[in-house]
Amino acid sequence: MIGDFLWLIPAFPLAGVLVNGLLGHRLPRMLSGTVACLAVLGSAVVSVMGLLHLLQTPAGQAREIHQTLFPWISTGSFQTSVSLMLDPLSAVMACVVTGVGFLIHVYSTGYMAHDPRYHRYFTYLNLFTFAMLLLVLADNFLLMFVGWEGVGLCSYLLIGFWFQKPSAAAAGKKAFLVNRVGDFGFLLGMLFIFAVFGSLDYRVVFDKVAAEPGAITATLTAICLLLFVGATGKSAQIPLYVWLPDAMEGPTPVSALIHAATMVTAGVYMVARCSILFVNAPAALLVIAIIGAATALFAATIGLVQNDIKRVLAYSTVSQLGYMFMACGVGAFAAAIFHLMTHAFFKALLFLGAGSVIHGIHEEQDIRRMGGLMKWMPITGFTFWIGTLAIAGIPPLSGFFSKDEIIWYSLAGPMGHWAFWAVGVVTAVLTAFYMARLTFKTFHGQPRMPEEIRSKIHESPLSMTTVLTALAVGAVFAGLVNIPEAIGHRLHLPENSIAAFTHFLEPSIVEKKEAALLIANAAGNAPVGFVRPAPHVDHALELPLMGLTFVLALLSIALGASWYVRRPGTATALAARAPALYSLLLNKYYVDEIYSAIIVRPGMAFSRFLWRGVDVLIIDGLVNAVAWFFGIASRLFRVVQSGYVRGYAAGMLAGALIVIWVLSR
Amino acid sequence: MTLLPFIALSVVAIAFALLLVLNRNAVHGALCLVVNFAAVAVFFLMLGAEFIAVVQVAVYAGAIMVLFLFVLMLLNIQGQEGGLEQKPRSQILIAAVLGILLLAEIGVLAPLAAGLGGAQAAAVPADFGSPRLVGLTLFRDHLLAFEIAAFILLAAMMGAVVLAKRRLA
Amino acid sequence: MAWNAPVPFASWVMLSGVLFSIGAVGFLIRKDPIIMFMCIELMLNAGNLLFIAAARYLGIMAGQVFVFFVMAVAAAEVAVGLAIIVAIFRTKSTIDVDEMSGMRG
Repeated sequence: MIGDFLWLIPAFPLAGVLVNGLLGHRLPRMLSGTVACLAVLGSAVVSVMGLLHLLQTPAGQAREIHQTLFPWISTGSFQTSVSLMLDPLSAVMACVVTGVGFLIHVYSTGYMAHDPRYHRYFTYLNLFTFAMLLLVLADNFLLMFVGWEGVGLCSYLLIGFWFQKPSAAAAGKKAFLVNRVGDFGFLLGMLFIFAVFGSLDYRVVFDKVAAEPGAITATLTAICLLLFVGATGKSAQIPLYVWLPDAMEGPTPVSALIHAATMVTAGVYMVARCSILFVNAPAALLVIAIIGAATALFAATIGLVQNDIKRVLAYSTVSQLGYMFMACGVGAFAAAIFHLMTHAFFKALLFLGAGSVIHGIHEEQDIRRMGGLMKWMPITGFTFWIGTLAIAGIPPLSGFFSKDEIIWYSLAGPMGHWAFWAVGVVTAVLTAFYMARLTFKTFHGQPRMPEEIRSKIHESPLSMTTVLTALAVGAVFAGLVNIPEAIGHRLHLPENSIAAFTHFLEPSIVEKKEAALLIANAAGNAPVGFVRPAPHVDHALELPLMGLTFVLALLSIALGASWYVRRPGTATALAARAPALYSLLLNKYYVDEIYSAIIVRPGMAFSRFLWRGVDVLIIDGLVNAVAWFFGIASRLFRVVQSGYVRGYAAGMLAGALIVIWVLSR
Repeated sequence: MTLLPFIALSVVAIAFALLLVLNRNAVHGALCLVVNFAAVAVFFLMLGAEFIAVVQVAVYAGAIMVLFLFVLMLLNIQGQEGGLEQKPRSQILIAAVLGILLLAEIGVLAPLAAGLGGAQAAAVPADFGSPRLVGLTLFRDHLLAFEIAAFILLAAMMGAVVLAKRRLA
Repeated sequence: MAWNAPVPFASWVMLSGVLFSIGAVGFLIRKDPIIMFMCIELMLNAGNLLFIAAARYLGIMAGQVFVFFVMAVAAAEVAVGLAIIVAIFRTKSTIDVDEMSGMRG
């Protein structure tokens, strides 16, 4: 049965790693790329088989497959094995990772075709896929942590893939260090879980929490907040989001795979996976909702004025991740995972489109020197437009369904509040606007690139455009798996096609009504007083509110068209009228500078003190003193070692005399 | 095994030993040592070790001393060593002190050692020290040691060949 | 004391000790490695003499056999030692032991 073949899902990419890592430099490029793609395709096939198997399992039976590969750590009371679990949540994640991952692998064969370290790139990419699959398929926290660290490592390696560029090397380092901060929180949370529950298996921990809801709210709040610190690092939330924009130094397919579609969503996955813990800690949920909302709004405003095509998308990713966390925070975990899935499609599409643009106009990334590219790159332009419309939330594209579900639950969810709703709507408007700005400035209006480049612009090769088309199809239709109830009932769709995705995820994630009950129960003994039970919102409001966001998004796009295509000077003039605000946004609120002043510089100063003061003076001093002592002592004793044989003989004889004398007494 | 021949031979042995040490000429020294070895061989005979005495003459006084002389002739060093005059005084002083101390210790310990085995010789069978008895003891009780000695000699032979071989470089 | 009185064991020990001491002192005061080698042979012989005497006075054959082994090892030692001296002379053109102080610390 499928349960016996679960190990194949991570094993395929691992085999790819071994082949490309050990033999890659001997293989022809063609073969190296093919092996990598086939490895991911293999695990994609197994993942889809697993998903289909779960779909066919009748609702009454447990939709969960376990496979224990081998015992890993077994010391005293602590037992952990390397075992995999396929339930609806991990099946969806595995399909997203392998499906989008496969397309990006294929795209990379074209994008990286001329790179001298081709096989190494694919080794890293396969290693990343392996680690990510381990992360989502693990059935205990420790194995998940292995994957968690593994994807962090691969992210570091791939951001710094062009390490000859100092900025890329620095960006890799920054990503790694910032992630370490988050990982530290995650590790602490994990140890806390072990200390409280005596196990790291999901089943054991979750069952214990579910058995006594609201029993240890304060402890759970601490655990959840620590886990969330890990999520802020990996998923680029305030205050640890700073690494993600810099991570754009890596190759563009990497940005698409790791820094848009999969790795950065690991935090969302983890929160959803632990939803039973989080609903028992409403205070932690509130923190997540606030951080998510703040990040969504904050990153979207920065995205408004950035000029690097990839950086706009990076801030957009941070903003969308903020949406997902806001959804988690208001108790709509399924909505977060739904948005995660659709986002994987359209954001990967946008990044790969950006990569195609960069590839086509010779490594130019500044949108001020683009424009009118639709003429040269019609496929890229068309698919990019689909991605833009999807992320802006235009029906019936996927982004519309997932984003509006989040916005609706930010009002009507168990922890919903009108403030979250307002942030969601404003962010949606901003998102539509900056995406319109990006698309119009890139593909429409007057060409602004230098003349000599203009003649060389070309559409990307087939391997890239095919992938763009495939992802565009996904970006259009992925939303249909989860048609909201308000629309579904109005259109009289069959009952089992309405909110199908949410219902499918129910075994893995705490369902909304139950979440509301648990939160209300835990809120009674919550440590923080202001956690309040869910508001009652009339379902009749859902459709009008949906319409409102749609109209606002359309207006934003229209505004973008008028500012950047009809009258190109408008935005510049506007920026000139509010120079302070403009430079604040352009410089990303000076967060990097603030971090540098508050954390990096004192850290460097302290390290310098440890180096010069403690290490060189005290530790090296002690070691040198010991060496100095023996140096002096040897200078004294080396006199004995004269090199004269007869001197040694005299010593020997004297010694013999002493021994004889002592023995004869 | 009476006192008279013992003292006479002792004088010869000690005198030639001293000559070896004090002689300036190495060839003369080697000849002195041959005389000393011969005297010791006679001592062996007096002590009932006929076979060992013969081996002493054949191997020591014969083969080994010939080897010494051969090397002396081969190197043909003239006046390399200036005798005792060029020695550092301190070395001679140290040697003298250590030698006297050694003699003193032996002088003190020799009477004690005499008590270990009895002052008089033990009664032994007539064939004590005969080649037959030596061979029996050697091959019956000390076969392993004999084999090891054989290997040591073999190794020494090969080592000597390797060391003394003229390098092609 | 009659001249034909038997020799006491202590005399053998004394004789052996004197010969050994002469060898030891000779080793210390001579610079010619060949003569130093001869002094070593002298010391070995002194030891052999004591073995033989003890074998006779205790009535044990093992002492004689031991001397046999000492001779074998001495032969081996002389062969290797003289070969080393020859090799040294070839490389340094001298056999003065005080010149061979390359191992000074």
